[in-house]
Amino acid sequence: MNTLELKKMANEVRQGIVTAVHSAKSGHPGGSLSAADMFTYLYFKELNIDPKNPNKEDRDRFVLSKGHTAPGYYSALAHRGFFPVEDLKTLRHVGSYLQGHPDKKHIPGVDMSSGSLGQGISAAVGMALSAKLSNDAYRVYTLLGDGEIQEGQVWEAAMFAGHRKLDNLCVIVDNNGLQIDGNIDDVCSPYPIDEKFKAFNFHVINVDAHDFDALEKAFDEARATKGQPTAIIAKSVKGKGVSFMENQASWHGTAPNDEQYAIAMEELKKAGEALCQK
Amino acid sequence: MSEVKKIATRESYGNALVELGKEHEDLVVLDADLAAATKTGIFKKAFPDRHIDCGIAECNMMGIAAGIATTGKVPFASTFAMFAAGRAFEQVRNSIGYPHLNVKIGATHAGISVGEDGATHQCNEDIALMRTIPGMVVINPSDDVEARAAVKAAYEYEGPVYLRFGRLAVPVINDRPEYKFEIGKGVVLREGKDVTIIATGLCVSETLAAADLLAKDGIDAKVVNIHTIKPLDEELVVASAKETGKVVTVEEHSIIGGLGSAVCDVLAEQCPTKVMRIGINDVFGESGPAVQLVKKYGLDSESIYNRVKDFVK
Repeated sequence: MNTLELKKMANEVRQGIVTAVHSAKSGHPGGSLSAADMFTYLYFKELNIDPKNPNKEDRDRFVLSKGHTAPGYYSALAHRGFFPVEDLKTLRHVGSYLQGHPDKKHIPGVDMSSGSLGQGISAAVGMALSAKLSNDAYRVYTLLGDGEIQEGQVWEAAMFAGHRKLDNLCVIVDNNGLQIDGNIDDVCSPYPIDEKFKAFNFHVINVDAHDFDALEKAFDEARATKGQPTAIIAKSVKGKGVSFMENQASWHGTAPNDEQYAIAMEELKKAGEALCQK
Repeated sequence: MSEVKKIATRESYGNALVELGKEHEDLVVLDADLAAATKTGIFKKAFPDRHIDCGIAECNMMGIAAGIATTGKVPFASTFAMFAAGRAFEQVRNSIGYPHLNVKIGATHAGISVGEDGATHQCNEDIALMRTIPGMVVINPSDDVEARAAVKAAYEYEGPVYLRFGRLAVPVINDRPEYKFEIGKGVVLREGKDVTIIATGLCVSETLAAADLLAKDGIDAKVVNIHTIKPLDEELVVASAKETGKVVTVEEHSIIGGLGSAVCDVLAEQCPTKVMRIGINDVFGESGPAVQLVKKYGLDSESIYNRVKDFVK
């Protein structure tokens, strides 16, 4: 996929997010939208995966450590063909396999259940270590929230990954600057994030999370890095793509009402049409 | 009479891992800077490439074990019971239990008999915590023979298993050729008609000795060893209660939430029976030599004998 195609797909993924959260009447649109371009890049460009064979042994692994942004993850998986896009409307409904947070037992393409913050990165580290133990070539990616890295377990995992020189591991931090209670640097500052990962022997790349060319360079650089894991610190905008949700902590975990849903979808559809005219 | 052979079940754990490691290349062992104490150091010596020291970070270790399990290997995550079931409870629940991953948790230094380190290290709550996790198997072996068999059975079982081991050397009581370990099946060690004593872990040998003392007083006690607390051998528990009436449970664990509670859950529903629970009575422990603590907290044969005698009267 070229950059324009990725942008179009990211727009589709965003529409899926807004639709899913609206249908569920709950969920997390803000962080799903900030990560939508990254989900799109990973699932349409970077990862070695096969929707027809979700469990193929040599696939790259992805762990959504910030599990509450499941709507973004599910939307990317659905658009990539792991399950019907229509099913996004069943998010969080009783009886649906699309649980509020990723459930590996029932969702095709999900490599690890997650949702309790700080835990996903450890599982990703375990997968990367296992590949090293048996000389398997697959790579492991995990997406963390910037608020999430306030959890101590993240740094236990980072210390171990750096110590073990897991160069098949790529940690991505969605740095949208907001958490439920407000600005992350008001709540409990994690900055400087890049220096902290460097201190644990990570190769660190700072990138604009909404620039596909920059993302391509960053992921290429991560793949080429040997002898240490990579951390991509991706500066993003929470709620990106829906004007009234952008940079608003209040949209961390709130679903749009019918009126807001209509406005959001209208905005996204217009943005999509504009891309098609390019 | 020759002296009874004694061995701590944590030693059995280390030895069993080495034996299994020879046969199974997919077995990996994790530890959190306690390899000398948990006895996974023996495995490390034999298979250095398959021993992963995670450092003093038990929560991360549980997550790493979960990640490894998703790739098809069989990890044994090892640390003290306090840190495995206590500190890392949420990691065990969410990263291992919820996805039902094939992780084995080797929890050593369980119970009051940890000894001198005192209350912070004496985990009398782990069975209660672990048995509330859906799908988690909870095993508490009584001696060396049973502990080694349990480790093997845990490897062969597909799914999460919590294995509980002790620090104190305990007598070998199951060294007979016909001994067979089956997850979820209790073992009748002695038939009797007056009372059933259901024991687990290091309390099994003490209970057998107590039954000998009771016999001298003309009290005929049936002794059942429950090595698997979850899934509990409900059939055996109910049948024994029907047979003898009164039931006593004995465990080196809080009387709240452990074997005693598990037995009461079943009997209350299926065969209301008078039950006496012997265990740690909702108190924190204290420092001291293990054998003295076992006596002080009423888990030695004489204490068990005295309490059962009063109960049966």
